[in-house]
Amino acid sequence: MIHYALMFGFFAVSVALLLNLWRLAKGPTVMDRVIAVDTMVINAIALIIYYGIFHGTTVYFEAALLFAMFGFISTVAYCRFILRGDVIE
Amino acid sequence: MNLFVEFIVSALIVIGGIFLLVGSVGMIKLPELMARLHAPTKATTLGIGSALFASVLFFAVAGDFSVHEVLIVFFLFLTAPITAHFVAKAHLHQRREQALKELPPTGSKCGWATFDPAPGSAEGELQDQVDERG
Repeated sequence: MIHYALMFGFFAVSVALLLNLWRLAKGPTVMDRVIAVDTMVINAIALIIYYGIFHGTTVYFEAALLFAMFGFISTVAYCRFILRGDVIE
Repeated sequence: MNLFVEFIVSALIVIGGIFLLVGSVGMIKLPELMARLHAPTKATTLGIGSALFASVLFFAVAGDFSVHEVLIVFFLFLTAPITAHFVAKAHLHQRREQALKELPPTGSKCGWATFDPAPGSAEGELQDQVDERG
């Protein structure tokens, strides 16, 4: 049963990633692109987690944690750059 | 693995996938950025929480319990509102003139907190000096 659920999960997250990519390419303003990348990072974390369940291994969690941290830091750095014209003042 | 746990893990995986998809569809369909911001910050965060709890349950039952997933859930739930706040603030400041026209009145003497400093605060006086200097 978990196998079919994972197949559905892979499908849903992949479609979600494609939709994010569409918004990233189309997005009329810069901030649209920033939230598109932020959502893409979260979807990538979900994909890594599902892949870990699929193979029954916990090796990938470090990758997911690193993705979470770098996604947040890059979004905040980009927003600060837009706001202040500088990342670290 | 017994059937009951397998059913719960499958349900959490499916719910997570649905919410992640709904978050991304919302980001495509909603009309403008301030509305679009709602979809990834709420639906997607709920979806990733569900997916990670499926993983916690799966590996806990398989005898390989770890707190990494709980750490990721905690981190994402903590950072999603901060990200949304930063994006909204940067968006408002990017189009300041239009935003000041569109925003409803605050009903008090000082305006919106992101544009006007609090009246009488040290930061406000500092801001005035900066404005005078140009």
